[in-house]
Amino acid sequence: MTEEIIIAGFGGQGVLSMGKIMAYSGVMQDMEVSWMPSYGPEMRGGTANVIVILSENRISSPIIREFDTAIILNQQSLDKFENDIKPGGTLIYDGNGITRHPERKDITVYRIDAMDEATSMEMSKVFNMVVLGGYLKVKPILKLDNVVEGLKKSLPERYHKLIPANEKALHRGMEIISEVEQN
Amino acid sequence: MKRELRLMKGNEAIAEAAIRAGCDGYFGYPITPQSEILEYLMEEKPHERTGMVVLQAESEVAAINMVYGGAGCGKKVMTSSSSPGISLKQEGLSYIAGAELPCLVVNIVRGGPGLGTIQPAQSDYFQAVKGGGHGDYKLLVLAPASVQEMADFVELGFELAFKYRNPVMILSDGIIGQMMEKVYLNPQKERSSENLEWATTGKPAGSERTIITSLELDSAKQEVFNQKLIDKYREMERSEVRVEEFQTEDADYLLVSYGSSARICQRAVDLARAEGLKVGLIRLITLFPFPKKRLEELAGSVKGMMAVEMSAGQMVEDVMLSVCGKVPVVHFGRMGGIIPTPEEVIENLKTKIIGG
Repeated sequence: MTEEIIIAGFGGQGVLSMGKIMAYSGVMQDMEVSWMPSYGPEMRGGTANVIVILSENRISSPIIREFDTAIILNQQSLDKFENDIKPGGTLIYDGNGITRHPERKDITVYRIDAMDEATSMEMSKVFNMVVLGGYLKVKPILKLDNVVEGLKKSLPERYHKLIPANEKALHRGMEIISEVEQN
Repeated sequence: MKRELRLMKGNEAIAEAAIRAGCDGYFGYPITPQSEILEYLMEEKPHERTGMVVLQAESEVAAINMVYGGAGCGKKVMTSSSSPGISLKQEGLSYIAGAELPCLVVNIVRGGPGLGTIQPAQSDYFQAVKGGGHGDYKLLVLAPASVQEMADFVELGFELAFKYRNPVMILSDGIIGQMMEKVYLNPQKERSSENLEWATTGKPAGSERTIITSLELDSAKQEVFNQKLIDKYREMERSEVRVEEFQTEDADYLLVSYGSSARICQRAVDLARAEGLKVGLIRLITLFPFPKKRLEELAGSVKGMMAVEMSAGQMVEDVMLSVCGKVPVVHFGRMGGIIPTPEEVIENLKTKIIGG
């Protein structure tokens, strides 16, 4: 089993840390993992992305151009990566600020309005955990327990008091994600 | 030996491995994409863990000369930088090689020339393996292809540096430096307190002064010294060549690659095999010494070779020298921080070698 994921959005949305938590969770499950961030000038200009690979086998290239799953958090990233999802793959996107919705018919599309949800929970900082919860629901590769363990590993000790809020956000994400009906 | 499992960036793995290898001193100056090495070391405060000194110098030139000084005292010392900073260190490296001192230098390569780009490249191959600075000298060059090897090659690098009293370079790039993978770390090694007879640690009463220099104005003596260096490099060629091979036994076509490009080639081999093409990969772990003999052997069993590197074609020249025209050798690479895809590798193999 190999799952190749891209997460893309604005810098500051927690794209890289969401990927990091997924990678840590993979390690908890004894999987091989790689986490490859975009570190270029684009990070300073607004968009950020990270490629996460979870596999039962040795991972060859950490850089890939086609993904099993794309988690997309802004319009630029949707425009850039929609066509890079493998046929039969999965697209998860946040509808906030999206003017052109996904058009591919050969993939499964899920929408999660995580930004709105996090705002209404008055916890905009856990936005990325709402998204991750949605991912865990539709792609049950990583176990929730391991993700919570992964959170502990990737968060500095001084933020551990925020773990319950993050857990709550994960659960909320699992509840609100929904498949987009395609004609 | 119990090894600790961590999830780390390649750069962080180098820094942590240095502390654990019993490194005495790190001297550096920040530059993307390797700044995490210095940042990690500063944050870890290794002085409190092992007594290791970490110092941000005023420039790359100062840092390499601090390494020269520390190495002269017989200490396990290192520096790291990325391409433009490594260019600045070349004078110091030539002196260190000329003074036959051990040290570890890490180059997390970015695209050039000049300030170039901060994205990954492998365009410093020539500089790393052919000398880089002036004079007839060589660095022993290790090319990690995983975060695990970033850590492992720190300890190996120090070992080889002291074995040969020669600078060792870890030649990596922004991909391996920035990515996170699982890494198993060795337990803490004690810093060495061994007295090395060549080190300048103070003149004991009744013995000669120890002098470290790269200057010899008597040409006859200098030539003898040059020959001594050459003999040392030949010994490295006999004893230290390291490669990893993937499906070379029955390969019709061979990819030759190193570092992050070799990871991409591994995937290309899998894709090619799925199409029924018998493609193999030799991944170079030491760039100097270069695996001439093994490539010459493989030239007897394959129909062609393609060197894959993120440069305009540098390592490919050493591949050609190794196979002496026995089989066609071509190059494929991307430049400027563009990373080739496995699909591109296969396409180029098809058009440049298989169909050509």
